[in-house]
Amino acid sequence: MDIWTILEYAAWALSALFALLMLSDMVRIDTTYDNDLLTSSREGEIEAAAERHTL
Amino acid sequence: MVDTKTASGQPERLQLLRVLGPAHIWALGVGIVLVGEYMGWNFAVGKGGMIAGLIACWVAGLLYTCVAMIDSEVTSTVAAAGGQYAQAKHIVGPLMAFNVGLFLVMAYTMLEAANAITIGFLLDTVAGMQGHSGLHQQPFIVLCVMFLAWLNYRGVLATLTFNLVITAIAFMAIIALFLSVQFGVSSVPLDFSAVTTDPMPYGWIGILASLHFGLWYYLGIEGTCQAAEEVRSPARSLPYGTMAGIMTLLIAATMTWYVCSGLIPWEYLGQAGTPLFDAARVTGNRGLMVLLFIGTMFSTLASANGCINDASRAWFSMGRDRYLPIWFGAVHPVYRTPYRSIIFLVPIALIFALGAPLDQVVTFSILSGLLGYTFMTFNMVMFRKKWPLDTIKRGYVHPMHPLPTIVLLILCATAYVAVFLGYGTQLIAMVSFYIIASLWFHFRRYRFVRRGDQFTMPWPRPEGY
Repeated sequence: MDIWTILEYAAWALSALFALLMLSDMVRIDTTYDNDLLTSSREGEIEAAAERHTL
Repeated sequence: MVDTKTASGQPERLQLLRVLGPAHIWALGVGIVLVGEYMGWNFAVGKGGMIAGLIACWVAGLLYTCVAMIDSEVTSTVAAAGGQYAQAKHIVGPLMAFNVGLFLVMAYTMLEAANAITIGFLLDTVAGMQGHSGLHQQPFIVLCVMFLAWLNYRGVLATLTFNLVITAIAFMAIIALFLSVQFGVSSVPLDFSAVTTDPMPYGWIGILASLHFGLWYYLGIEGTCQAAEEVRSPARSLPYGTMAGIMTLLIAATMTWYVCSGLIPWEYLGQAGTPLFDAARVTGNRGLMVLLFIGTMFSTLASANGCINDASRAWFSMGRDRYLPIWFGAVHPVYRTPYRSIIFLVPIALIFALGAPLDQVVTFSILSGLLGYTFMTFNMVMFRKKWPLDTIKRGYVHPMHPLPTIVLLILCATAYVAVFLGYGTQLIAMVSFYIIASLWFHFRRYRFVRRGDQFTMPWPRPEGY
């Protein structure tokens, strides 16, 4: 087994790790926080707070 | 469940974090695009010869300069995640916004897939040079997408700081190659004799066809405005970052053409997989070879990274406005990223990266981008007409309106002809897809949109309304 074959297995393992990290965190967040809070972002609120479009 | 009330009793709201500066905007725009200097643009040379490559470089440069100017003005005013999608929503209307949102997601997701394919190809090439044949590219393609998605998931500041570093290194590698060749490091002298002996091997039709791949030099610079909701001072940073980005790319593109065309015969250059790396190999300098290989890898990673950032913001914005299920409009309470959108787009990118040929994926990305640029032309005209200069504050006002708009429209029409010459079926398939999606949105989805909530800018009533 040469270095490239080992790297192939390592790439699969790391891919699975990153996928697991993201999915487990998403499940944790979705079960910890209320969905209304998670989807509470509003486009205009940020804009209105930052600057007023008047001359 | 966690308490969702603030101290004043008002419901708490999760927003994307405003942590970015102009340098991050530059890194986002140039990072997405710079891979086009490292590969892809050279097929323009194959279509029409050495001169065609230069004409495509500058004509496409003019097209994207118009894009950058128009985008800078509008986005310095409509500073919201989603970029052109948010612009279309406020200036044109919901159906246009839905289509523009899809253009953005398709363009960036396809480009991300193309970058992942390229990473696999590059590693396969290196493995082959070391005597390992038959490398399985799939694990490296999957790892590229997964790692960058994870990085994006964890926060925008780290993501775009990472992009800033690797994009700067990739850009400096092009400068280093140019200077090295100029100061005689190359063992092979620059040779531009084909400019006079064989200037247009396929005539004017070759020049026209080359424009398709000339777009590669700059494709994606408009992605800067996706960061509008995460930048500290959008009215200042977005125009600075975008205009600095297009200037960087014009310099990088011209240097790239100059070095590659001078070192590599156009017949070979027109088919090369990694033209800048190949040019470094021609110089015979090992240090330059290593530097340009690193530049190729970094530019590809930076592009995929920026694409994940931009596609997820566009998808998130559409979810937030209920153009798509609201589920996609969620913000991570700790990392403040659109985490569900990031995760949702991972398998879509992987399907294209693992199952579709590179040229098809790239063409779909270019076509979606072109449709978006076409939208910008009448979006700009409507913006100036509905809200003239003396009605709302703009962070940047582009000069000579409507000349850039007219030039952009003419160049877009020319680019459609150029793409149709090589990929007519894909062009028709893509347009058909967007028509079907529009029908679905109009008849099935728009009923769920909260029509008053989506128009959020504190602007005065438009002229004539």
